[in-house]
Amino acid sequence: MAIVQTEGLTYVYGEGTPYRKTAVTDVSFAITEPGIVAIIGHTGSGKSTLIEHLNGLMKPTAGTVMIGDKNIWDDPKQIRQVRFRVGLVFQYPEYQLFDETVRSDIGFGPRNIGLEADEIERQVLWAADTVGIKHDLLDKSPFDLSGGEKRRVAIAGVLAMRPEVLILDEPTAGLDPKGRDRLLRCITDYQRQNNTVVIMVSHSMEDVARVADRVIVMNDGHIELDGGTREVFGRSEQLRRCGLGVPEVSRIADQLRALGVDVPSGLLTVDEMVKALLPMMKGGDCNA
Amino acid sequence: MLKDMTMGQYFPTGSVIHRLDARVKLICTIAFIVAIFMTDNFIMLGFCAVATGVMIAVSKVHIKLYLKMLKSIWPVIVLTSILNIFYVKGDTLVSFWIINITVQGVLKSVFIALRIMLLILVSSMLTYCTSPTELTDGIERLLSPLRHIGLGEAVHTLAMMTSIAMRFIPTLVDETEKIMNAQKARGADFDSGNLIGRVKAMLPIMIPLLMSAVRRAIDLAQAMECRCYNGGAGRTKMKQLHIGTRDVAALIIVAAIVAVVVMGRIWL
Amino acid sequence: MQDNIITLENVSFEYTDDDDHASHPVFSGLDLSIARGSFTCVLGHNGCGKSTMAKLLNGLNKPASGKVTVDGMDTADESRESAIRRRVGMVFQNPDNQMVATIVEEDVAFGPENIGIAPQEIRKRVDSALRAVGMYEYRTHATHKLSGGQKQRVAIAGVLAMHPECIVLDEPTAMLDPQGRAEVISTVKQLNRERGITIVLITHYMDEAVEADRIVVMDSGRIIMDGAPRDVFSRVDKLRSVGLDVPQSAELAYRLSQNGVDIPGDVLTPEECARAIARVIKSEV
Repeated sequence: MAIVQTEGLTYVYGEGTPYRKTAVTDVSFAITEPGIVAIIGHTGSGKSTLIEHLNGLMKPTAGTVMIGDKNIWDDPKQIRQVRFRVGLVFQYPEYQLFDETVRSDIGFGPRNIGLEADEIERQVLWAADTVGIKHDLLDKSPFDLSGGEKRRVAIAGVLAMRPEVLILDEPTAGLDPKGRDRLLRCITDYQRQNNTVVIMVSHSMEDVARVADRVIVMNDGHIELDGGTREVFGRSEQLRRCGLGVPEVSRIADQLRALGVDVPSGLLTVDEMVKALLPMMKGGDCNA
Repeated sequence: MLKDMTMGQYFPTGSVIHRLDARVKLICTIAFIVAIFMTDNFIMLGFCAVATGVMIAVSKVHIKLYLKMLKSIWPVIVLTSILNIFYVKGDTLVSFWIINITVQGVLKSVFIALRIMLLILVSSMLTYCTSPTELTDGIERLLSPLRHIGLGEAVHTLAMMTSIAMRFIPTLVDETEKIMNAQKARGADFDSGNLIGRVKAMLPIMIPLLMSAVRRAIDLAQAMECRCYNGGAGRTKMKQLHIGTRDVAALIIVAAIVAVVVMGRIWL
Repeated sequence: MQDNIITLENVSFEYTDDDDHASHPVFSGLDLSIARGSFTCVLGHNGCGKSTMAKLLNGLNKPASGKVTVDGMDTADESRESAIRRRVGMVFQNPDNQMVATIVEEDVAFGPENIGIAPQEIRKRVDSALRAVGMYEYRTHATHKLSGGQKQRVAIAGVLAMHPECIVLDEPTAMLDPQGRAEVISTVKQLNRERGITIVLITHYMDEAVEADRIVVMDSGRIIMDGAPRDVFSRVDKLRSVGLDVPQSAELAYRLSQNGVDIPGDVLTPEECARAIARVIKSEV
């Protein structure tokens, strides 16, 4: 049984108006095992529309969305329940903070679920720990935090609902390198410790190369490529046609091959590259 | 959806109406609205409707956008016209309980509904066909005699505020939608509960929206300062308002329409 | 002597907290000169003081002590405020929050209108500024319907229409997608190269800094590195220690040389990096 699955998902904007536009066409994929799945694609490729379907914020024009063994639109009255099972963190989520204290803002989702007070408190503390928010910040106003902290509090607000699937839209947008590294580490740790599905939309190929197990490439409203991270970034030509880049390491590898240096395919990070290159370089210390 | 809101929006199509002087458009719109208010029978209202139809066609703005505007405020139209059904005395059409609907009442309410629709169409045409900058510039110029009583800067400030407000309507509408979606994703429920509950449910939207509006205002003030904005004194305008033949023609046409309506009121 | 458009001499700046009315120093004793016609990139993590510094460059912030001069004019001199802002234009991070008008050309005209340029001249400036950023075809479009990259180019045109000598861009690409980023950066480079406009680009994207003439790295309100991109990016450890990245090419070369490979440490682009690696491998065969 798939954890998340779409079948023939299609969404049409403004049906019957002069502005009719198909945002996603016949998108089918299944996520059957825990891990981090990245969705990449240029702006307007349909990736935002796709993820808003996964938690029932948008209703497909055609096709189905399954979470576990349940079609989420079987009972439209229960669609709110789907949002608790599939947590969606939007881009710049810090702009949704509203409550008087960090604690009660993170607790907004659990309160909406209808949990008991002590259970809410437990989830809030767990979520704060998961994103590395110290407990002495919990009684502060969320508006007094730094940019990176606000972002992590907003993510905690979704995590506190204990979703089975976590979706993040451009979680690192606008963060500096340190903030970005910290957040990516949070996300990978969370995924590993809880063995869940994390779906991450990103424009940064370097980020994707670092954390994703699988990459889905959207282009023009449909799935262009879907496969393991190494495999997808091995297809730099096809990615370029979709208006996407590849991680800088893949570009270096491509250049090296063009210069006649036989580097193995599927290298994604500087670490891997160093390991692959050192044995070829006599001057280098091969035991490094 | 909020995105369907077309009020106060501008749709540049480059039509003759778009190219009219903003002051002329303002005066014509006001005159035409007065004319619509003066109609007291279906013939004159029909005449105004035809005139409006012709103007809509000339404006080259898609008819759907006008209809959308009507659609967005249909409750107002229905409510006002329904109230009239009950208040007009005359030949009874149907009668039940304490309600007595008359032929005249029905006619009156249809008349009122049509009149409101025309008023909405005409005023949305003004904003559809005039950029906010030109519109506020036009208002500023029309009110410019006020500078003789020391209100020059006040008029300028008002005009600048209006045009900035109009510039930010679509941005804030988008933002509202985004925040609503974000809170819905956390299980917020805006559709059930009693009145107080619903008002409370709006806080998670209103507070972030307010915060963002303040942040935007601070940013914008800074950006304006960097671009040497220093109030109305010494400012020039790229687009000079200029009354040309086209504008005189428009004024004459609208004057003729008003004259016809006035005559219709006297003789029909 | 070098011809400087902007000079900061022994500048200190502090802001007052609204809650406790205490003064927090952002920096003190800052010295920096920007050469006319140069392309300078300022790097630093969030909160290192780079935005505060940017606002000193056109007098939006006034130094608590020390002196900031633009083209010889002291920014503390209120009477020169307009003249200074005409010379040093600013573009900010959020594209939506710097658009004043609903229509592209009206927004670009806003600056020239404020300084009382004659209408026909404004028209000319607006058209030429929009052509320079490649947005002329969009002149009658609504600003809110543009993409992020297009909005930022319109903002740049709005500054250009004032005929500035220098443009300071405060993280102009932070909120853009890769395509928008590329549009903005290539526009900025072109203005620098073809029109000789001085550029000060504040960013935390290292790849944008690669093609600058000079990189200034800030940390905790101090300038900790200042030099050509090659020199700055070859010091990987130092950049890392202040929470910054290096381009992966520079990092790869650095890591290889740390492992005893004889490879130059100052490569910046994938092409350079691949050539340097290939040279080492082939020389050994």
